[in-house]
Amino acid sequence: MQQIIFFFIRNKNFLLFGLLFLISVYLTVQTHSYHNGKYVSSANFLSGNVFSAKSNVTGYFGLEDENKRLTQENIRLRKQLENLKSIANPSTLDSTILPSGYVFRNARIINNTYSKSKNYLTLKKGKKDSIKIDMGVISSQGIIGIVNATSENFSTVQSILNTESQINARLKESNHFGTLTWDTKNPNRVQLIDIPRLAPVTVGDTIITGGKSTIFPEGILIGTIEEFNLDGDANYYDLQIKLFNDMTSLKHVYVIENTNKEEILQLENEVEHAE
Amino acid sequence: MQNNAILINAFRFILLVFLQVLLLNHINFLGYINPYVYILFILLFPLNGNKGLLIFLSFLLGFSIDVFGDSGGVHAAASVFIAYIRPWILKFSFGISYEHNNIKLYKTSLAQQFTYIVMMVFLHHIILFTLEIFNLSHILLIVKSTLFSGIFSIILLMSILILFSRKN
Repeated sequence: MQQIIFFFIRNKNFLLFGLLFLISVYLTVQTHSYHNGKYVSSANFLSGNVFSAKSNVTGYFGLEDENKRLTQENIRLRKQLENLKSIANPSTLDSTILPSGYVFRNARIINNTYSKSKNYLTLKKGKKDSIKIDMGVISSQGIIGIVNATSENFSTVQSILNTESQINARLKESNHFGTLTWDTKNPNRVQLIDIPRLAPVTVGDTIITGGKSTIFPEGILIGTIEEFNLDGDANYYDLQIKLFNDMTSLKHVYVIENTNKEEILQLENEVEHAE
Repeated sequence: MQNNAILINAFRFILLVFLQVLLLNHINFLGYINPYVYILFILLFPLNGNKGLLIFLSFLLGFSIDVFGDSGGVHAAASVFIAYIRPWILKFSFGISYEHNNIKLYKTSLAQQFTYIVMMVFLHHIILFTLEIFNLSHILLIVKSTLFSGIFSIILLMSILILFSRKN
């Protein structure tokens, strides 16, 4: 017994090191699996408040660019509105709100990383503002990521610049679907893989979200094709996509809630169990 | 440790965490190069201080950086590792008798300080990036990040040591 105690006393530094190292590695592995839920995220009371205090100060520096972006978005939305008006009867448009199935909420980004291989953003809205895990996040110019942790007042978003992210996307022209991934090389360029070979692909074509998941509505802008190659077996294209968003300077975003999500998931579950 | 030393180290801990998460994590030189200067706390921790305490404090230090950076436990793991390995690196850089001679870091020669910092920084960074990228097929990216971030950190750490050394 005495020898065991002596052993522990002699090696106490090593044991302490081993224990703490294992805890750290465990926490690291935890972040590599998206669905396990995270114990540690920057959506907590301390770091959330520190980041939002910082963003209160630095937020003023990019206001001019932010205004320009918003004006551009307004112009685009106005054009769409005019198109809609010419199609629909204006009197019905005024008095009824079309049930779109999606609720948009605005939020401010208080922390943004883009230089690591797994990047996250922190938003200054959380459970209190009805932000939930698995909601989509977009900016005025396109897709940004998916909410992956929330606290009372803050939430973190797994950016599309994250090697774990896989988002369904398609060519605007031809309805061919693929998966959006990131190779960590450039924060303004992502990859679209698994586009079948027969799809008509040209440089400059627009890529939008596919609407095959319950997270993003169909038709959210992503980027344009910059370069394309056939993959190893030559059955699928690997496309290099230049993002519309400048992921390195983001300020305000919209969080999308799909109000039909539970119903869709429940139905899909039932079908799966029935088989 | 005297009260004074405790105060200085506590202050240094907090200052370095804030400096790292609010400023240095957002430098992104050439797109992805960030210095990790917070390990200065581990470097400057009293050379003959309690080793167990240092290991525990290093864990807290790395963990704070991880919480702010959403990086799981990569900084905690790397910090704990260099805190544990520090006595051997001290022996290597300052000679076998550093413990008994009560050496002060700012009184040693520049070459000795440089050896110490280079070894600590590269060990820290290699563990940090290996765990963060966590993919052996990206080994080139790991080596590249370690090298460039390491050089950046070493330059900053050496400058800080030279600027704040109290030789006079």
